[in-house]
Amino acid sequence: MTAFAIEADNIHVRFGDYWALTEVSFAIPDGAFVAVLGPNGAGKSTLLKTCLGLIRPQSGLMRLYDRPLAEFDASRMGYVPQIKTLDRSFPALAIELAASGVLSAWPWHIQGALRRQAMEALEQVGADHLASRPLARLSGGELQRVYLARALIRRPPLVLLDEPATGIDPAGERDMFRVLERYQETEKATIMMITHDWHTAVHHATHILAINRRLIGCGESSPAFAEEMLREAFGHIGHEHPHREANA
Amino acid sequence: MIEALSLPFMQRALAAGVLVGFLASYFGVFVVQRRLSFLGNGLAHAAFGGVALGLLLDASPLWVALPFTAAVAVAINWVRDRTELSGDTAIGVFFAVSMALGVVFLSLRREYSADAHTYLFGSILAVSAMDLWITGGIALLTLLMWPMWKRWAYVAFDGELAQTDRLPVERDDYLLSILIAMTVVVCVKMVGIVLIAAFLVIPAATARLLARTFAQMTVYSTLIGVVSATLGLLLSYDLDLPSGAVIVLAQAVCFFAAFAAHRLRR
Repeated sequence: MTAFAIEADNIHVRFGDYWALTEVSFAIPDGAFVAVLGPNGAGKSTLLKTCLGLIRPQSGLMRLYDRPLAEFDASRMGYVPQIKTLDRSFPALAIELAASGVLSAWPWHIQGALRRQAMEALEQVGADHLASRPLARLSGGELQRVYLARALIRRPPLVLLDEPATGIDPAGERDMFRVLERYQETEKATIMMITHDWHTAVHHATHILAINRRLIGCGESSPAFAEEMLREAFGHIGHEHPHREANA
Repeated sequence: MIEALSLPFMQRALAAGVLVGFLASYFGVFVVQRRLSFLGNGLAHAAFGGVALGLLLDASPLWVALPFTAAVAVAINWVRDRTELSGDTAIGVFFAVSMALGVVFLSLRREYSADAHTYLFGSILAVSAMDLWITGGIALLTLLMWPMWKRWAYVAFDGELAQTDRLPVERDDYLLSILIAMTVVVCVKMVGIVLIAAFLVIPAATARLLARTFAQMTVYSTLIGVVSATLGLLLSYDLDLPSGAVIVLAQAVCFFAAFAAHRLRR
């Protein structure tokens, strides 16, 4: 068993003149549930996209399961993007989105083994009844479940989620965490999730990684550590009024 | 109307109409779904620049317009990918530059060219055997590229997801743009710069109103493109009206019928 699922060594990411990340180094143990915390513009999504290989750092090395990122098999990563980026005018059914996770392409027709696999993935997240529903007619929570099914369909050891709770109600959020925790338990998977929520960091995550364009801290989750990280990242404890002050 | 089909020029026109209807409506689904409706206009005007260059060089306008328009399509993609400019803005820049070049090339020629007029408004009834071979070649290439549908569709849904699966999104985009550019060039000869955008957009937009999946949208769009081109061409012959315009009006009838059906269904 590999000791670390994700290792970042002195990562620097620049967009034009703007340094989104500087000197970011950390190591996430295999099997951890990591909450990535930080104010708006802290580089959380940039960090996640660097882990996914969508952004190439100016310098530094990212390793996944002891392999350089470029050599890591993309099918061993599941990704749940922010649902607000979805183009709802695209004509698609929920089962097609789930199946795209298997094909790494858009399905022309879904039948046989692919249909069974997609249905199983939807069932796993409690969304099998949504299979034939157009994406445009799904609520935020339903859509999030379908994206989750897509991310988990190949049973990847590493799952990355970009603010998955945004736009979904508390019941939907609870369901999502139930699915994620069950998945982590059965697959011994590593989960990395961007969140603004103190409760998520304390109650669901095993580790906290706090950034604000540089690493603030990375360690095992506890209320005291979460508060310390949030105070350093936001200037106060996150569940008070993080957005208002972060944007100020 | 049936008698007309025995005429060789009408047979060529019909074959060209079917091929152009298929090509434009197939690529149209990617154009519409990626919100690049302006691309048809932009590339049509780039084709005009290429045609004008061909006329200036006394070469076959079509053979010059094909690489010229493909180069403009690549340039539009390149600028869009490497700047913060949107696709439509990049298209707007190259659209104007190509048109200006076309005007300059034609003025340098210093003699009136009926060919330039043909490309502005199109003439499906004046399709030559060579035009038909070129169009058939592009249609064959498109069919051979059929496996690419799944990747282009994936990028149309969400380019970032496709990138996380390590698909060569940028290379696929260039390939799609070049094929769309080639389609536009052969369409321009037949339907004209003024109407080409309709061939790319209307069948795909109609299909979007009817389809639940992107695969359905592709099938419906292609059927609408081929059927409206065939019916429009035959009607234009019967009514003695310009063929390109009648085909577009046939597409428009399909669009408004689909729109009404869509409203009733909701």
